[in-house]
Amino acid sequence: MALDLHARNGDEAGWVGQSIPRVEDAALLAGRGRFIDDLGTPPGTLHAAILRSPHAHASIERIDTAAARAMPGVAAVLTGAELQGLTSSLVVGVKAPVECWPMAIDRVRYVGEPVAVAVAADRYLAEDALDAIEVRYAPLPAVVAPLDALADGAPLLHEGFPGNLASDRSFSYGDPDAAFASAPHRIGVAVEYPRSACTPIETYGVVAEYDPALDAYDVLANFQGPFSIHAVMARALRVPGNRLRLRTPPDSGGSFGVKQGVFPYVVVIAVAARLAGCPVKWIEDRMEHLAGAVSATNRSTRLQAAVAEDGRILALDWDQIEDCGAHLRAPEPATLYRMHGNMTGAYAIRNVRIRNRVVVTNKLPTGLNRGFGGPQIYFPLERLISRIAATLGLDPLDVVRRNLVPADAFPYRTATGALLDSGDYAAALEAALRDGGHAGLLARRAQARAEGRLYGIGYAAVVEPSVSNMGYITTVLTAAERRRAGPKNGAQATATIALDPGGTVSVHVASVPQGQGHRTVLGQVVADVFGLRPADIRVITEMDTAKDAWSIASGNYSSRFAPAVAGAAWIAATRLRERLARVAAVQLNARPDELVFAAGKVFSPGNPGNAVAFSRLAATGHWAPATLPEDVEQPLRETAFWTPPQLGAPNDADEVNSSLCHGFIFDFCGAEVDRDTGAIRLDRYVTMHDCGRILHPGMVAGQVTGGFAHALGAALLEEQSYGPDGSLLTGTLADYLIPTAMEVPEPVILHYETPSPFTPLGAKGVGEGNTMSTPVCIANAVADALGLVDIQLPLLPSRLSEALHGAEPSSPRREARPPPAAPGERALFGSGHAEVDAAPEQLWAMLLDPDRLARVVPGAHNVQRMDETRFKAEVTLGIGPVRGRYRAEIALSDLDAPRSVTLSGSVDGVLGFGRGRGRLRLEPVGPTRTALTYDYEAAVGGKVASIGGRLLDGAARVIIGQFFASLAAQASGRRPSLWRRLLRLFRRRA
Amino acid sequence: MSRHGPVVLDAGQRHPVRLALNGRTVSGEAEPRMLLHDFLRHVLGATGTHVGCEHGICGACTVQIDGVPARACLTFAVQADGAEIRTVEGLAPAADRLSVLQEAFRTHHGLQCGFCTPGILMTLDALLRERPNCDEAEVRDALSGHLCRCTGYAPIVKAALAAAEALRETDHA
Repeated sequence: MALDLHARNGDEAGWVGQSIPRVEDAALLAGRGRFIDDLGTPPGTLHAAILRSPHAHASIERIDTAAARAMPGVAAVLTGAELQGLTSSLVVGVKAPVECWPMAIDRVRYVGEPVAVAVAADRYLAEDALDAIEVRYAPLPAVVAPLDALADGAPLLHEGFPGNLASDRSFSYGDPDAAFASAPHRIGVAVEYPRSACTPIETYGVVAEYDPALDAYDVLANFQGPFSIHAVMARALRVPGNRLRLRTPPDSGGSFGVKQGVFPYVVVIAVAARLAGCPVKWIEDRMEHLAGAVSATNRSTRLQAAVAEDGRILALDWDQIEDCGAHLRAPEPATLYRMHGNMTGAYAIRNVRIRNRVVVTNKLPTGLNRGFGGPQIYFPLERLISRIAATLGLDPLDVVRRNLVPADAFPYRTATGALLDSGDYAAALEAALRDGGHAGLLARRAQARAEGRLYGIGYAAVVEPSVSNMGYITTVLTAAERRRAGPKNGAQATATIALDPGGTVSVHVASVPQGQGHRTVLGQVVADVFGLRPADIRVITEMDTAKDAWSIASGNYSSRFAPAVAGAAWIAATRLRERLARVAAVQLNARPDELVFAAGKVFSPGNPGNAVAFSRLAATGHWAPATLPEDVEQPLRETAFWTPPQLGAPNDADEVNSSLCHGFIFDFCGAEVDRDTGAIRLDRYVTMHDCGRILHPGMVAGQVTGGFAHALGAALLEEQSYGPDGSLLTGTLADYLIPTAMEVPEPVILHYETPSPFTPLGAKGVGEGNTMSTPVCIANAVADALGLVDIQLPLLPSRLSEALHGAEPSSPRREARPPPAAPGERALFGSGHAEVDAAPEQLWAMLLDPDRLARVVPGAHNVQRMDETRFKAEVTLGIGPVRGRYRAEIALSDLDAPRSVTLSGSVDGVLGFGRGRGRLRLEPVGPTRTALTYDYEAAVGGKVASIGGRLLDGAARVIIGQFFASLAAQASGRRPSLWRRLLRLFRRRA
Repeated sequence: MSRHGPVVLDAGQRHPVRLALNGRTVSGEAEPRMLLHDFLRHVLGATGTHVGCEHGICGACTVQIDGVPARACLTFAVQADGAEIRTVEGLAPAADRLSVLQEAFRTHHGLQCGFCTPGILMTLDALLRERPNCDEAEVRDALSGHLCRCTGYAPIVKAALAAAEALRETDHA
């Protein structure tokens, strides 16, 4: 790209608005990124691994860590009891007598909950130590779905949340009762919005140290903010804020909100470092991430509308049940309240009733994820628009048009309290239809339908909030509770600009980017102010709470960088420029306000020859402070804090301006559903954005295409899925399906710019909008294609099958016998036979001899005989990608020597648990030959159950085959060749 | 089997591993269970190769082993003994210059956080060498072994096609 190297004054067209190459890229492309696991650690740093619960809900009866502590290289093992001795509970976001610990204390409440931490010389040894920790669980019934959690008699997670209900608030704005009473139509939707997670490709990482002399922690973590959580961590660690130094690495490999959720692990690893007496490092692995990081909330919503004949919405009635998983971790239940000012979306609806309930279930606790609360409200709201159109026989576009906030109403105060800053929604919509080829899409649908194909068009109009009000979450409290707690509000953004003795410019912000190019954009913004080139500006974005300017709102979330942080940098730079102009005015004998900063010089436009170099001027404060005019503050360094006055605390009527900026998005798409397979093909996707002033078009496009890909995944593929017993079914990336380059088409991106009057640069957030608009836009298209009234995400072909092919007839069972599995467990059963060159008596003796049994049971080691008929063993088994150690107990019963025996047993390990029984019969078929017949039934749960029945069945057959192959080899006293063993295996399976 | 014939490995022992990393002979010791990415990153200090899933799905750890893209998380360090390994650190012609492919990524905003990028570059580098005339379908097919959560892939596809075109022009010149 050819760059205009002639710098301009910041007041004119300048670097801002150009898609200049990113300053971040050269290092990242050459493998010189500095992510947390790339950085050196202090000498003596040890490594942590975390033992996690295989059960969704169980009491911990006993944890025996003695064997693990005795292993070579192991320095410490931390359990919940020890953690509890050194920390306090994390704060809980609602008023209830409930504790929230970052590790299980006495009880596990979700699969993946940390149970113990081993600290060892390297990660391999730490994971070895986990295998040696013995935990005895007593399983409890689990509850998974939010509606089930509220049912009478549901298993209780926390005694302090009666009926699993953590919060129940009702709100009323305008006069919804009158509107519903008088409206000609009442139209509603019911939505079970699924869980998904944004899964950044870099996982969590923490390096922690403890200084006993100062009672202070020093932590490096790829945390993303908000730094309000710093107070939560310090309090949990029982130190004042200035005794928790939190730093972030220079690079972070994606977050999308998720890296807010590293904070419980900061507490855990900090305590592990304290116990171990040395720095401790932990890098989360992917399976830990999927089971134990953080997920978006799933939500059960009933939305009703009072509707006029022409499609105008007179009132909305929301009933939302939010599922925050097993613990209400800060800042939850923020997902439910982030959109509180925006419950009417892009529409002018004056009467609103809301009931918000928050429940806990035996699932991973929730937290920030791109869109944060937006997808959960726009799916019902925009499905509702589509249902109103279908019910009243209207064009959905006309229903949208009749309800949009009118252009002359901005800034517009919504019924629930948001102040929509700027926009012309109707004009943006018409521009999208015109420039996005809507007429052509209608023709394509008509053509496709004429050919008998299933083709539909979907629409979505949403308001994308950005720059969160730090006080919105207090809407979960009553006005009286808020008065007692004190007001919370604002969105402090901060930036520091420093001039060094060489007159060059450095910028520091507390923005913690994870790939959003903050350094590039800040270079543009500040270069424009000083008349320099972006390459002249050095920008640092890593954070250190001990040295940097920051506040609770610092961090990278709620799309606040462009509207808030870049604006704070502009303010700091402009203040410095004003000071420098007064210094230059003396030197140049000119008025400060007429001076121009351009091309690395400062001069008055009437006399460009009379100029001073910017670098010389900027160095004055260092080298010749005595020459500064008396009333000019030191022009050396400026820190700006900026918080918008529009972000007040919720008022006594529960109205809240939950976000400062409100972008507008209007999407439409054409989708075709394959009549046979149910596969969905997006034919065309158009997304119109009004995100205010665009600072860097290339990065805005990147945010839109990236958000679109996340949304496409949520619409078509992704669900963090749990079985009815709380087993995690999506514990690997082979099960949790993320869209690849094969699934993501390129959207058509359009813009309509109405700058925000509330932000310094006129910018609004843009990173999250498509996660709000796209899932429902696609669902509306598929509903249109198939004529569906009810449609739920993700739009898996199996979900559409009934609409395409009718209900599936129940298949006749191959085996009459019912599987022994409990709900959520996988049932396995089978039978077989084999012949072995040994007499029945020889085989019988082997079965009762622990030493010989150890050689026969696949993967068994350390077999111990507990009594005549009971054995204990450790077994290492690999099933598909999941290889792990299990503790097995085997009992022999119904002994009929040497003819038949029943083997029953159970296995329990980090990766899962199982139980089963099998009957083995021995029949002589010659003097030294025995026919073995067997049948078995088994049930497995936990992570191994999530790998799929076909793989499990196959693995069970292979393991049982191995058992008989070894039995035969042992009995006949020789080890068969590998070739013979394989042949036998195949013969048996055939 | 290593390329030098059968070798008996002892689970509790460290074994010498010697390989050519980006054209330079390097060596270190690894237990048989040590994964190649851990060896590259933590023994040899080549941290450009990233680890995203350790079960062969995300593709972030992709390196070239004897010229062929492979998952470093599904390879033991001892398996790479004697091999030529190429990683992202070996792509640029000089410390202050980028390769044609890297430059195309920068021009087309083919990266955001940059964490998955090294693996993608190693796959595309091999693709452009093997299939200089590749079209969009081939590029997308090659990319299907990689997960990127930031870009939505469209800018990566554009960068790859632009690089292919630039490399073809260089060859003709």
